[in-house]
Amino acid sequence: MQNTILLGSRKGLLVYGERAGQWQLAQHHFSGAQVSALLADGARWWVALRDGHFGPKLHLSEDAGACWQEVAVPALPADGEKRPILDQIWTLAVGRDGVLWAGCIPAGLFRSGDAGRSWQLVEALWQRPERAQWFGGGFDDAGIHSILIDPRDPAQLVLGISCGGVWRTRDGGASWALHCQGLWAAYMPEEEKNTEAVQDPHRLAQCQSKPEVFWCQHHNGQFRSCDDLASWQELAPPAPLSSFGFAVAAHPHDPLSAWFAPAEVDQRRIPRDGDFYVLRTRDGGRTFDKLQLGLPAAPAFHLVYRHGLVVDAAGQRLAMASTTGSLWLGEAGGERWQRLSAELPPIYCLSFA
Amino acid sequence: MPTLTFTRHLQHLLPSGPLTVPGDTPRAALEQVLRDYPLLRSYLLDEHGGLRKHVALFIDGELRRDGMDQPVAATTKIDFMQALSGG
Repeated sequence: MQNTILLGSRKGLLVYGERAGQWQLAQHHFSGAQVSALLADGARWWVALRDGHFGPKLHLSEDAGACWQEVAVPALPADGEKRPILDQIWTLAVGRDGVLWAGCIPAGLFRSGDAGRSWQLVEALWQRPERAQWFGGGFDDAGIHSILIDPRDPAQLVLGISCGGVWRTRDGGASWALHCQGLWAAYMPEEEKNTEAVQDPHRLAQCQSKPEVFWCQHHNGQFRSCDDLASWQELAPPAPLSSFGFAVAAHPHDPLSAWFAPAEVDQRRIPRDGDFYVLRTRDGGRTFDKLQLGLPAAPAFHLVYRHGLVVDAAGQRLAMASTTGSLWLGEAGGERWQRLSAELPPIYCLSFA
Repeated sequence: MPTLTFTRHLQHLLPSGPLTVPGDTPRAALEQVLRDYPLLRSYLLDEHGGLRKHVALFIDGELRRDGMDQPVAATTKIDFMQALSGG
């Protein structure tokens, strides 16, 4: 049982722990700093800070938060005459080979073989000519928010870039290919809506037991790929269920099940009519369950960011947190929700540990 | 030698109080400090050596964000402060 939740908030790292069935705030680190990404690998925790004055930072704990050390942050190279400056580490992932990956804004992918003490830019992605087509989604620059490491082979990575599509390497980053067949972009002119390099996958998730199955919460719809990214199929939940949102969590073992946290269209980014719910499918997206037992009644203005919904390793318990400072635990696959707090800072990311 | 003072928000990275170091520009003087306190670098400078957007540089009390490479006198007082923007 994973009985710890790490929360990356606008005001630091919050650690919730379960003791005798009660969840409580157990630790608070980096008070006042925005946490842009976090990662737990056993007792080894990484926390990326986005400091508005002093730049992005990365901290490492080897003992589940007891002690911290500041390690290095990636550095972007000169880009012709431009001098891109790292805004934030947006996502972190570690493979079973111990290699740590950082996806950033601007959209550089970085590799570390020493737990973040040094970083190397993945040049083969940075030099792709398609990068000239990428653009920011919610930020001034494009960014890498999803790094999926294949459970069978840590040299195979899938990236989600807003706005720059879905990319995969099979050789540890030496070469890359786009995988956006079937995605479409309502925010582009009609003749450009299928252009692969401008797609905006808000978040990607992969089934661990059947890794050829992927899920995508895209800017304008939910999609699933069951053919190892050869194509994407739009799921299109029936109205009034919403197709917009940021987060998706894949069931780790059941390739037909996933959860989404929808919101109303990109111009508003709030629950439609204040109706806040989690969307679940258990049949590959043919039908959906609207889960809201224990979630606040309308009007509720909660928005869940792309790293704000996770499922545990068993696929039974979920954790979800919002930009308006609530944290919920979802039991029985999200059938019942319990709010652990409604008094938190805005939450950007969370993880079981 | 110019005297450098740093915002109290960086006190976990270097000793409190002004530091007097050799240097004929704010950048040169700062580089002297960074020899002893290398972790401070990324807090004040970006990866291309530019002063971070929301760090304020004062030279003898005057806000001079463009002054990193300006010649300074031996008696100059240099302050690296946290701007109120960027929070």
